[in-house]
Amino acid sequence: MQKSDDAFVVFDRVQKSYDGENLVVKDLNLSIGKGEFVTMLGPSGSGKTTCLMMLAGFESATNGEILLDGTNINNVPPHKRGIGMVFQNYALFPHMTVGENLSFPLEVRKMGKSERETKVKHALDMVQMGAFANRRPAQMSGGQQQRIALARALVFDPELVLMDEPLGALDKQLREHMQFEIKALHERLGITVVYVTHDQGEALTMSDRVAVFNDGRIQQLAPPDDLYERPQNSFVAQFIGENNKIPGKVESLDEARGICQIRLGSGELIEATAVNIRKVGQDTLVSIRPERVEFDPERMAPDWYLIDAEVIDVVYMGDIYRTVLRVAGTDDFVMKTRNTLGAEKLPRGQKIKIGWHPEDARALNPI
Amino acid sequence: MSDIAESDDRISAEGSRDLKRSLNRALRAQKMRALMLIAPLLIFILVTFIAPIVDMLFRSVENEIVSDTLPRTVLALDDWEYTSGETPSEAVFAALYYDLFVAAELKEHTRLGSRLNYETTGISSLFRKSGRRVDRFDTDIYADQFTALDPAWGEPATWTMMSEALDDDPDALPETASALEGWHHLLKVERDDPATEAPADILFTALYRDLSAGAPGLNDGDLAAMTATARQAVDGFETVSIRDQFVDVDDSWLDPEIWGTIKAYAPKYTIGYFLKSVDYQLTPEGIEKQPEDQQIYIRLFVRTLVMSLTIMVSCIVLGYPVAFLLANLPMRYSNVLMILVLLPFWTSLLVRTSAWKVLLQNQGVINDILVWLHIVSESGRLALINNQTGTIIAMTHILLPFMILPLYSVMQTIPPTYMRAAKSLGATDWTAFWRVYFPQSVPGIGAGSILVFILAIGYYITPELVGGTSGIFISNRIAYHISSSLNWGLAAALGSILLVAVLMLYWAYDRIVGIDNVKLG
Repeated sequence: MQKSDDAFVVFDRVQKSYDGENLVVKDLNLSIGKGEFVTMLGPSGSGKTTCLMMLAGFESATNGEILLDGTNINNVPPHKRGIGMVFQNYALFPHMTVGENLSFPLEVRKMGKSERETKVKHALDMVQMGAFANRRPAQMSGGQQQRIALARALVFDPELVLMDEPLGALDKQLREHMQFEIKALHERLGITVVYVTHDQGEALTMSDRVAVFNDGRIQQLAPPDDLYERPQNSFVAQFIGENNKIPGKVESLDEARGICQIRLGSGELIEATAVNIRKVGQDTLVSIRPERVEFDPERMAPDWYLIDAEVIDVVYMGDIYRTVLRVAGTDDFVMKTRNTLGAEKLPRGQKIKIGWHPEDARALNPI
Repeated sequence: MSDIAESDDRISAEGSRDLKRSLNRALRAQKMRALMLIAPLLIFILVTFIAPIVDMLFRSVENEIVSDTLPRTVLALDDWEYTSGETPSEAVFAALYYDLFVAAELKEHTRLGSRLNYETTGISSLFRKSGRRVDRFDTDIYADQFTALDPAWGEPATWTMMSEALDDDPDALPETASALEGWHHLLKVERDDPATEAPADILFTALYRDLSAGAPGLNDGDLAAMTATARQAVDGFETVSIRDQFVDVDDSWLDPEIWGTIKAYAPKYTIGYFLKSVDYQLTPEGIEKQPEDQQIYIRLFVRTLVMSLTIMVSCIVLGYPVAFLLANLPMRYSNVLMILVLLPFWTSLLVRTSAWKVLLQNQGVINDILVWLHIVSESGRLALINNQTGTIIAMTHILLPFMILPLYSVMQTIPPTYMRAAKSLGATDWTAFWRVYFPQSVPGIGAGSILVFILAIGYYITPELVGGTSGIFISNRIAYHISSSLNWGLAAALGSILLVAVLMLYWAYDRIVGIDNVKLG
């Protein structure tokens, strides 16, 4: 992994083990630029929170180096790292008012009273909570506490802010609203944010880059659109968004064009983009996004490959129809079609032909 | 859909009453069921705990024994003042004679003697002695003289008639009526028949005193004639001074102090026990401070409070770090630690206290080690037991789990993220602990302190065993009065004061810290 000169946070071959037998984090290399919003996304137990805790200083790296602004911080205690942090359950001190909570990081930095007051007020205004300085955390709703936690992590002007699933406890609507606000704050203040979540929607909407974690490794580090449209392996394809996978064998491989032909289990031969295919004859999983599948002949280009399908079930979901099809021996193939004017539910049992652009079919490693 | 929109949610006044009634009916069944479930425990507590406590509290002021045993004397003493410095009149002695005669027959005078002995020493033996002699007073000469006058006076039937006649008009012969009442009370308790029992000397004495004092007498019937005849004769009767009879038994009866004590404790309710509990006493002159050498209770109360506070503070100092470790160590270590904390609970209190005796005594393990390490010299062995130090050490050890457990259960609810948050905000370990962790553990300190303090303030067995004389608590004194001196009234008063003191401290604690801030988990 190359280290760019403007890298602000660097994980260099970091490993972490709790019990001396199993590695929770295996060979982590990650470089985060100044002002960047990077999300660590992954299922629980994938090591993403451990990484965040190592960066914050609450866990020590078993191997490797963690650099902050060019300095090794492996042995710097958390309170000297100057990193702001927002915790999953906010961790607002229940025995202090909102104002005292915000004032706390400034007090321990021996800041004068008037300066403290100005900063606290400014931070509260920033999250539109100016009127709440004298409330106790218990007297506020989850969303309000979330804002205060955010303000507290920002009040001492840290350059790096870590967020550990900060929106996990909020309901859907509030969560979406807060995503937008956090993003706006990030852009306005120009701070670097490392954000941990297991919610892919959150990761995709907020981040500059997303690091998908699984099994203690980064599976893919890429901007959200790349991640969704060009997943590098089956795990990422599966984890991000809904995905159809058809098992097959590589029949031929054109490395120059990056195209391969796959013989499906049912005998059909289809064309797909070769992503991590190494040789002819290997097993593969072809991944196709449900919304990239078409059945209306008018919307398909003539060169598209068509394949037989049978309708098993159609679910009306408001904005879309989710049609479950039997395709090439699998009967959990999903097609999503927009609910446009005049669109109809396909009857069950109907035989149709479906197709997709070859670029949307990605041949990945088998799981 | 339109059905829903049009339905009326408002209920008419009558409907609302019906609704309330049916709701009450529905809830009543639930309440009854709940009550039934707790009823066995409730009854058990009421009968075995609440009732005895109320009874005990009542004993601290109850004092009916004097007026019950000496009703006539108490009445007669109304006209007598201690401050006059004189011995009461013959009438008071006569009343005492009637009372004591009945009481001695019923063997009640010794109990009264013991009761009054708490207030003035010597009364117990005085009553005992007088009770033995009271039926051999020389007052039998009245009986002899009356029967000589008319043998009918010696018949029980005469006195039965007399009693009936006087029931209608007690003022005719007031002392006779009063003595007869006592006499009949005695016969009733002893289940004797008034129609066969020979009249006692007190009746003749009372009759003589009535007639010689010019009581109106009866107006009609045979008895009227008999008393009229007797009235003519009494002037010529040989007389005997009842006062001299008593003085013959013991000349303490001339001491106004004795009479003053009886008068002071005559009311049915007394504050005497409470006064004694705070080193005052109720004397014939009024309320006085106890003599210097008998003032022990205030000092004991203060000592109990101070030592309980000391024990409480030692428990906080020793227990807090342990509870912190318990709450923050990984499960497998904290489980072992928890067993170590609970281990003392599985050992008998007596065994633990005795173990401290072995450890702390002059030739004990701790002193031996200190001498061996040359920290103290052979002659300078520390006195660690049979004093306050011993009590504090042993009780701190015994009460420590009561501090650790509430602290632990509160600390367990403090998520570690608070400390992390504080550190991420720039606080050092100490600042994070002191500003963030400690304030949140205060409810646990409060709960543990209340528990330890209240347990300590009423502790009895440990101070008794390791406290010597300087290390005992007020509860040891209460136990002494309950089981040795049998002065239950004083024990009840001391206990009441202790109870009120604890309730007041609890109230103060609630005002200052707030009882809502106390958490047991």
